Parts: sequence; structure tokens; C-alpha cells
Amino acid sequence: MSNLSRTDVEHLARLARLAVTDEELDVFAGQLDVVLDAVARVGEAAAADVPPTSHVVPLTNVFRPDVVTPSLPRDQVLAGAPAAEDDRFRVPRILQEEA
Amino acid sequence: MTATSRAVRTDLTTLDVATLQQSLAAGEVSAVEVTRAHLDRIAADDGRLGSYLHVDPEAALASAAEVDRVRSAGGELGPLAGVPIALKDVVVTEGVPTTSGSKILDGWRPPYDATVAARLKAAGTVLLGKTNMDEFAMGSSTENSAYRATRNPWDLDRIPGGSSGGSSAAVAGHLAPWAIGTDTGGSIRQPAALTGLVGHKPTYGGVSRYGLIAFSSSLDQAGPMARTVLDAALLHEAIGGHDPRDSTSIDAPVPGLVAAARDGARGDLSGLKVGVVTELGGEGHREGYGAGVLERVAEAVALLTELGAAVRPVSCPSFDLALAAYYLIAPSEASSNLARFDGVRFGLRVGDDGSHDLDEVMALTREQGFGAEVKRRIILGTYALSSGYYEAYYGQAQKVRTLITREFSAAYADVDVLVSPTSPTVAWPIGARVDDPIAMYAADLCTLPASLAGVPAISVPCGLSEGLPVGLQVMAPALADDRCYRVAAALEAAQDAARGHRLLDELSTAAGAA
Repeated sequence: MSNLSRTDVEHLARLARLAVTDEELDVFAGQLDVVLDAVARVGEAAAADVPPTSHVVPLTNVFRPDVVTPSLPRDQVLAGAPAAEDDRFRVPRILQEEA
Repeated sequence: MTATSRAVRTDLTTLDVATLQQSLAAGEVSAVEVTRAHLDRIAADDGRLGSYLHVDPEAALASAAEVDRVRSAGGELGPLAGVPIALKDVVVTEGVPTTSGSKILDGWRPPYDATVAARLKAAGTVLLGKTNMDEFAMGSSTENSAYRATRNPWDLDRIPGGSSGGSSAAVAGHLAPWAIGTDTGGSIRQPAALTGLVGHKPTYGGVSRYGLIAFSSSLDQAGPMARTVLDAALLHEAIGGHDPRDSTSIDAPVPGLVAAARDGARGDLSGLKVGVVTELGGEGHREGYGAGVLERVAEAVALLTELGAAVRPVSCPSFDLALAAYYLIAPSEASSNLARFDGVRFGLRVGDDGSHDLDEVMALTREQGFGAEVKRRIILGTYALSSGYYEAYYGQAQKVRTLITREFSAAYADVDVLVSPTSPTVAWPIGARVDDPIAMYAADLCTLPASLAGVPAISVPCGLSEGLPVGLQVMAPALADDRCYRVAAALEAAQDAARGHRLLDELSTAAGAA
């Protein structure tokens, strides 16, 4: 049973912001197809009326007093950034230039 | 250094922590001596073992010297003052490089401490270093580390388990007296089993996740890896308990784990009801299990009966689907969690040369920064969460999770603990499963149900098969971690008494350790 084509994997990689190579696509498509077959076994469970579990600890809202505490020092945080400028994270161009 | 002092220092690396702690408190040995002994051992052996990603001898000796200074001045010290420790590199440590085994965080020095790291610091422990792991804890052999292979001290041609394989190799190889691991689907218990250690995954919410680099948030738990049950209990008590910085941490007292370990070591389990899980290596479910593993586990179960426990088989049919459910839920959560590695706020950035826009820089950064297994899981998780497939995959996996949790509850209505092998096999040769994800995932078969249900589970050594360690897994109801320690301690004490020494003592005669 083939679930995941090479084109599917390419599309998913793009959605996940992964610039995968052609070689990786060849390998991953085959491997993921096998994995997907294996995990599809969850369909064997008769679970139509069973509620889903997203989390095992029965918590709803957790509240704490709204107290102001110091944040991490700005310089210390920016020290770990790949690029910083004017006390901010510097990022590449987001919008394309107008034609 | 003289030959005599070297001998003394070697002994310091073989002591259990409970003994070490007493010697330190009594002033019979200094924190600097203990730390230096371990640093010497790391310098001598870690080239072969590959258990650490980062060691800072000067920083370790400085914090040890500070403990000694305060002690000699009669100052107040934490309960673990001067005891060295290793942390899995998924634990964020202020100013100390933290990579989670990934190139995408190469060189990053976190600006804060994880709660686990902060509590260990406050208790007075000395950080020896950060241990190797599968990238973002995704793996069962530590071969997915972006940095180096880690070898099993019992046989250097074999894997040390994973993903906490750096921690397991360091502790079994006497390069640390104990260590912190994290467990999402078995990553504490399986490496502990494969190296002859005790490893405990606490009840989900029992230990704060604040500052653990997230893999699968509804499953991740940090816990102890140690050479004895008592040491594991000591370490668990030091890190456990509610943390306001982790809203999912449970606001309830940690049960007395050290007391439970001491009680168990007395060897009386009368009144205890033990269920042996049929679906995990029992009748009709033995495919893929090593014959020697099943023999050792059967002997351990027989020993529990001798100690007074009432043992019976228990069937949990949905456990058969745990692997499928886990390998949908964990990749789904990972695909979301790992979105934070976008080359903006920390770590690697690739392609920022003016010719690529932000989207392209993110994609190039993630392509270069992540390894193959991480990419596979992100893609799988993205698929399982995508519209049109969500109900059939992620949604159905969450329902299976409910069924598994219900089967645990039903079982615990009749028995106090459930037992199984920790790993279907002993440690396998390096490279044997790297190109076969399904074979790698099968290593987690026995540990996944407790992860999905959030219940505590311990792995305790129960002998050797083919000269390699085998672990017994003891699972208890949520918040009853003390039962795991009690049963494990009873088994450990009875086996040590029958053997005349600890299992790890046989490591020095194993082929790899020569």
C-alpha cells in the first residue's frame, strides 16, 4: 500500500519549512511510506465512542497571582541570536520588493 | 600524581552516591577530590565512550572548591553538596553550551537554568558536563546525535541505548556517579536497561519540564539514571515536585522515594500484587523478543514471588497499538515544538546573505541544522496533523491513548504494579538499525504504554544475556512512584545477595571495558 508519494513528501517538507534535497526526497518517501503503514494500525482500534486523550493530567486552567517578575536581561537574550541590531533580533527581508 | 593517589581516585568513581554523600558530609573526602577523580576518568576513557558533548573541568573544579570552602568554614550546604552529576544535553543550563544533540543549536549558551538544573545546583551538586543524546531525543541508540557516536561500556561495538545514551554510558562507565535523563517513549528506561543501570520515568507532571528542550510535550519527563535504586530515589527527590513555571507539573507532594527504596531493600514484598503484562513478551507476544531477555525477566518475576508477592498474568490488548499511537502523537507534537527553530532568536542561521527572504532562510537553516530522523518526524507529524488526515491518524492515536490509559486503570484495580521486560532485546551492534526506522522504533515496544498513560515506570537490572544487561520494567499507578522504587529495591537487594556482588561489578571483566 502506497500512502505517501515523493510529491507528497516534497509538499509536506515545504509546509514544514524544510528545504530537503532530491536525494533526501528519494530516501524519505520510501521510509515514510513504510512508517505510515505501521502507524496506520491505530485504525484497528474500535474507538468510535472513545474520547481522545491529548494530555494525561486532568488539568483545565491553571492560575497564579498576576505578579510582575523580572524578565531575562535583553543583552543576555540577544547574545544568543544569530543576528541582532539596535537591541532587536535582525531578520532577513520579509516582503518582496515591488517590481 | 603518585600511583597511590591514582588508586584512591579510581575508587571514588566506583562508589554509589549514598556512600559518597556520607563521606563528603563527614569530611573523609573533599568535593575537589571526588570531582577530579571523575574528570580524570573522563579524560582517560571518554575518547572511546563518547558519552559527553561538553565538559568544563575548570568550572567543575571551581564549584567543587566552593563546596569545600563553605564546608570548612562551617557554612550551610545543600544535601548533595559536592556530589558530581552529568546532565543530558536537552537540559538547559545557564552559560553552559546546550545543543539537544543538534547542529541547529551548536554553540548556544542558554541565558537561564532549567528547573531541574537549578534544583540540582541548589542541592550542591557539581556539574561535570552535558551528555550526548539522539538529536532532540529522537532515537533509541544515540546514533542520531549530530556530534558523535556513544558506545556501550559493556561492549564498545554496541549502542548504549537512547535517547539518553550519553548519560547511560557515562554512569555505567563510571564517568559520572549518576545522571539526569529524559524519557518521552522510553529514553531513560531503555538506555538504563541496556547498560545495567536503574532508570526511572516519573509520573507525568512529577518533575518540572521548565527548561527541557521540548520534543513531545504531553510525554516528556526528566528523571534519574543511577547505579542503585537508592541513588535513583535520592536524585528523583532532589528534582521532583511542583514548579509554578510548569503549569503541567502536579501540585502534590512527592511520595517518600528514598524511604520506599530503603523499605524495599529489606526484601519483604508480602501482600504485593504483581501483574505480568501478557502483551509485552508474554504468551503469543514473543516475536522480536530475545530468548535470553525473556528468561532473565521470568527469573526476576519468580524472585518477586519468593519475596512474598502474588504474581498473575494481566492482559492489556490495546498495548499492541501503543507503538502506532506513539509514532503519531510524538511526531505530531514535535512538528509543532520544533517550529521554534527558525533561525531567528537562537542557534544556526543559513542563507542570510541578502539573496534569500525570511521563508527561504528558515527553510535553509532547518534543512542544514536538522538531521535525517528529525526531518522524518517533522514531515510525518505535519502529515498526521494536516486536514483530511487528522482524524484518521492523530485523532485516532489520541483515542488509542485513552484505551491504553483505561487498561492501566483496570489493571491497577486488581494489582499494585505491572511488570514487563524494559527492552525486547539486549544492546545491538552500532549501525545495525540506522537505515530501518521501524526496527529502531520497535526498541521502544515495552516502554511506550507507560509513556502514553503518564504512569511512572522504573527499569532495574535483572541479569545478563549474551554478556549484556537485561532490565525489568516495573510500572505503577500515577503518583505511586514509590511502589516502583520499593519493588525495584527488593529485587536489586535479592539479586545482589544471591550474586554476591552488584551486576555492574561484572563490567570490569566484560570484553569492552578492558
